[in-house]
Amino acid sequence: MSAREDVLNQVRAALGGSGVGTTAAGRVGTAPAAVAVPRAYRAAGEHGPGSAQVLTQLVDRLVDYKAHVRQVPADDLPTAIGEILADAGSVVVPPGLDDAWLGATGDAVVVHRDDPGAPLSALDLDAIGAVLTAARVSCSETGTIVLDGEPDQGRRAISLVPDVHVCVVLADQVVETIPEAVRVLAAHPERPQTWISGPSATSDIELDRVEGVHGPRTLHVVLVT
Amino acid sequence: MSTFLGLPGLRRRSADGGAASDGAPAASAAEPWGPVPHPDEPLRWGESFPAAAKHTLKNDQLRKNLGHATATIRAKRAAVVGEVPDWEALRDAGSALKERVMAELPELLAQLEENVTARGGVVHWARDAAEANRIVTEIAQAKGADEVVKVKSMATQEIGLNEHLADEGIAAIETDLAELIVQLADDMPSHILVPAIHRNRAEIRDIFLARMGDAPPDLSDVPRELAMAARAHLRRKFLSAKVAVSGANFGVADTGTLAVVESEGNGRMCLTLPETLVTVMGIEKLIPTYTDLEVFLQLLPRSSTGERMNPYTSLWTGVTPGDGPQEFHLVLLDNGRTDVLADEVGRAALHCIRCSACLNVCPVYERVGGHAYGSVYPGPIGAILTPQLTAASGGVSGADDVNASLPYASTLCGACYDVCPVKIDIPSILVDLRAREVDADRGKHKVDPWRAAMKAASWVMSDGGRFGLAGRAATLGHRLGGRDGVISKAPPPVSAWTRERDLPAPPDETFRQWWASREEDER
Repeated sequence: MSAREDVLNQVRAALGGSGVGTTAAGRVGTAPAAVAVPRAYRAAGEHGPGSAQVLTQLVDRLVDYKAHVRQVPADDLPTAIGEILADAGSVVVPPGLDDAWLGATGDAVVVHRDDPGAPLSALDLDAIGAVLTAARVSCSETGTIVLDGEPDQGRRAISLVPDVHVCVVLADQVVETIPEAVRVLAAHPERPQTWISGPSATSDIELDRVEGVHGPRTLHVVLVT
Repeated sequence: MSTFLGLPGLRRRSADGGAASDGAPAASAAEPWGPVPHPDEPLRWGESFPAAAKHTLKNDQLRKNLGHATATIRAKRAAVVGEVPDWEALRDAGSALKERVMAELPELLAQLEENVTARGGVVHWARDAAEANRIVTEIAQAKGADEVVKVKSMATQEIGLNEHLADEGIAAIETDLAELIVQLADDMPSHILVPAIHRNRAEIRDIFLARMGDAPPDLSDVPRELAMAARAHLRRKFLSAKVAVSGANFGVADTGTLAVVESEGNGRMCLTLPETLVTVMGIEKLIPTYTDLEVFLQLLPRSSTGERMNPYTSLWTGVTPGDGPQEFHLVLLDNGRTDVLADEVGRAALHCIRCSACLNVCPVYERVGGHAYGSVYPGPIGAILTPQLTAASGGVSGADDVNASLPYASTLCGACYDVCPVKIDIPSILVDLRAREVDADRGKHKVDPWRAAMKAASWVMSDGGRFGLAGRAATLGHRLGGRDGVISKAPPPVSAWTRERDLPAPPDETFRQWWASREEDER
């Protein structure tokens, strides 16, 4: 019998199935009762997506995680990006990023547009100073930004290897709770997702939190309101 | 290997089941951390819990390190759990979801397999540790890899994957900071979430300086500097690795999506950069639907690291062309889980999402440390999971099996149940397992003092007159008590009890005597 059949038969035996043998310890279990899942938890927060309260909470959480946050009107976005990238030297951007976002980034910054046909290697990315991406959805209660790999965010490697991540979040993409965010993402669960809550960190030494390990050590969030 | 190059050494098993680390210097006074014997069975090391605890309790440094770390994490957890208004509703949902997973496990496993396969992944099934190890080894060999990068994973700890790969000439490089510390020190993990929790910053600096190979010579014990040394050490490995091995926090049946929850970015590196990814997942790690993540991704981070959300969570579904590994293997592992599932009471242990909150609140764990449990699963959850996972080889019922003593590694205070995000009733399962151990042990000894005492007590207590007489006889023990009313050294056979505990001395008259004299006075 294949391992697959063996394991599945043992699972069935453990749940009281007959005619499927026993588990490794020679047991046949009992059939569990059907289970109803109570969902009394909050499906949504008190404040709507993009509301002032939700944006304030997101900023508070991000700052708590030691992320750098700027809140700007849409017209000022290119300027804000230009200022943040001024010292980066070079930046990689996903193939579908809005060109206008780089409108105020000076010539001193080399821009690499990631090309799906000729992707940059990990070593190439390691030599690039920063990455600039959009995001899919953010959750204010936990200070979480989710990327789902669409053309304005790019493949996972580009937002991972460079040491500085500049992430643009639009106000109406910010929801209050995790269930609201998951429902947005559930439209395309097959997309590779990265949930980001601050820069990389570790608590492995005496449970003291240290920001900045293998992932980008600096996270800039530009919140467009 | 004659020169230590700073890479974790390949481990060579010694005849007695221990292991020696090639290239790593032998233990000396200056290196008190190792090498530690590595057991052949990651779920059954050496001594019984009481014997091992006796040794670890003598280690003052360990108790100090653990006391500091668990107090810190308890306070963090309490603060972030306290700010969630619907925490109990989330626990109820999480508990019921896991119960549903167990009830529908055959269907959900088939569904997961179908969805992973449809998205270009390859699903393997492993009855036990040996089979899982063989599958992972064959994949690495097929890719021509002599090293693999690893994301921290309890499942691969449980099957002893690193040791097996080493035997096959493949170096497994742990990339989680705490796992790296444990691996460099040739140590064993002592906590589910923070395997190096028993080490303080000064010890970690010493380990890095002695074993990392490329640690800066002026390395201090500031945690930030230590983390930067680990970053520099692993960077090249990440950028050039061909094969990665991970575990999974959740496997979503209705979409085939896998989730890894982490902090440092080492997980993202392993899950994104190599060409081939192998994920080893216990069959109980399923959740039914994608939207159920909304429950578990709230419960897990707050319970484990005490954060509102962990820095990084990666979700992937099979293979995504042009993004991440282009070859994905999922190994579904039984290794004793179906034996746990067969137990009507004990099966709830499979609901565990490995947050480690129960370790951090346990008064026993805090004092004896993780190594005393003799399993990669220490603490309260380990005390119910380890015996059951090893049931087929006597873990629950074996009179001489060290794992059968684990359910006694608890005061039954119930703190573990209070903090469990999926409401596993650990104390009740502990009591049930104790009963099972006692039942199995019955009749195995010719002269069983415990059974004889119980039989005598039953005879005495079944008759009012006999009970009264026995009570009066017991007051004689009053004379054994010191001035503080405590017996600290009783004659045999009670000496077995008073060797490690004090016994309150009986009063000079029983309640019945007092009551009778009171009634006489009133007359």
